[in-house]
Amino acid sequence: MSRKFLGLVLPLAILIGWEAIWYLAANPLESISRPSQIALALMHGLSDGSVLLLTWQTFESALLGFVIAAGLGVLTGIFLGLAPQLERLVRPTVDLLRPIPSVALIPLAMLIYGFGVRMESSIVAFACIWPVLLITIAAVRGIEPGLLEVSHALQLSTWQRISRIVVPAAMSRIAVGLQLALAIALVVAVTVEIVINPRGLGYGMMSAQQSLQFDRMYALLLWTGLTGWGLSRLSQTLIDHYSPASRAQLPRSPA
Amino acid sequence: MNHETYGTGPGVSAPAPASHTVALKTSNVSMAFGPRTVIAPLDLTVNAGEFLCIVGASGCGKTTLLRLLAGLVTPTTGTLNFLGQAINGPARDRAIVFQDYGRALLPWRTVAGNIALALEACGIPKDQHRSKVEQLAATMGLSHAINQYPSQLSGGMQQRVQIARCLAQDPKLLLMDEPFGALDAITRQNLQDEVARLAQERNTTVVFITHDLEEAIYLGDRVVVLAANPGRIAADITIDIPRPRNQLTTREDRKFLEYRHDIYGLLEDH
Repeated sequence: MSRKFLGLVLPLAILIGWEAIWYLAANPLESISRPSQIALALMHGLSDGSVLLLTWQTFESALLGFVIAAGLGVLTGIFLGLAPQLERLVRPTVDLLRPIPSVALIPLAMLIYGFGVRMESSIVAFACIWPVLLITIAAVRGIEPGLLEVSHALQLSTWQRISRIVVPAAMSRIAVGLQLALAIALVVAVTVEIVINPRGLGYGMMSAQQSLQFDRMYALLLWTGLTGWGLSRLSQTLIDHYSPASRAQLPRSPA
Repeated sequence: MNHETYGTGPGVSAPAPASHTVALKTSNVSMAFGPRTVIAPLDLTVNAGEFLCIVGASGCGKTTLLRLLAGLVTPTTGTLNFLGQAINGPARDRAIVFQDYGRALLPWRTVAGNIALALEACGIPKDQHRSKVEQLAATMGLSHAINQYPSQLSGGMQQRVQIARCLAQDPKLLLMDEPFGALDAITRQNLQDEVARLAQERNTTVVFITHDLEEAIYLGDRVVVLAANPGRIAADITIDIPRPRNQLTTREDRKFLEYRHDIYGLLEDH
């Protein structure tokens, strides 16, 4: 019970110390808001709905990009994982495209889509597809050869082999790639909003900073961190409950 | 003993009594991995309903031979025939029980789900799965474990699941690759008796690989001794011990001990 809350001690101590310093310092910096002001600004932003709107805008782009990347990445990854020759053909191109910083695509995406969801989610999708693709390929390659031999001996059709053996066997590792991609999606979405796109949490932070509403800027920063944490917790919970591998790791019954 | 045929190399074929129909036949089958010959040209005949045990030291090509019979690998030379059809790949009427049950079962599926995989492969309608799975589980003594996952079962139980899955294919030929090698003595004896009983009841042809000579004699209608480097038939011996056999009395039987004595000498020689 007490161990569960042990992790809260440090953040609370920092907040109290922060608030205390603000009172003790003779000439506090205006740009460093007090925790109490930040909390008030966050409550205010939440109650008037502006923070929720910004959150929705960021999530819209991040999740759309993530879903596109996940779908394309998993499908292509399974396909390439099962066809090593084809993977050798595609691999150099992937290695060439992968190191391009996603933010460097902003000018191009602007040219194609202009401001808005499509521009932002296309950059998110570009950033997210590589980890999903590469981890899926590795996961399919790493499937127990014995299981593939069983599918061969049973003469499973290609579709049966993929749906009944390959996907469930690779799922737990693919899920790790998806989790990674989800975290990247939020980072890239907020970055694009800060750099150029006038919507979402990133834009909210920029405009708060430029209009000298520092408490609101901190509040949005805190809120972005909380939503990211919530998203990763949610994905972990989903994986724990629904992944086929989690069922396989049930405790052994006494022999 | 006059029922033995000793072979010294390629081209030794088993005596096939005219009264039996030949189920499985290999002609001049050899296997090489690069420069290394694993199996020298080999002729082997298995009659329908026969329980053939192949015994040999490790590295003599037993498993390769079984994989050839399953159609999982293609021979370098020669042809394989099962019921008059050339073996060009795996087929569901030839089921293979892998030695390593831990790698052959789907860890994310229950016992019922693992057995049902073979039914799905055979295209059996879903509404029949439940009754068929229950029946097969009962046959293999798995009824109480039907909703458990492989990781929750002992090694012997997991191997029962794999055998049940193979039976779900309704195979005419059962290929078994040292299926009981990793099991304890008591579990092994129980499973030996069950496999012997199943093979007899269903009149299934069985090719059973083992490195355990006593297991081969106890189970087999015939024992083929493989010699290594390259793999070839060193002896082909008909086991003339009546069925049903008994773990205690059969193993103490004078004939059993004679077979053991003779074949043991052959295994040592090669």
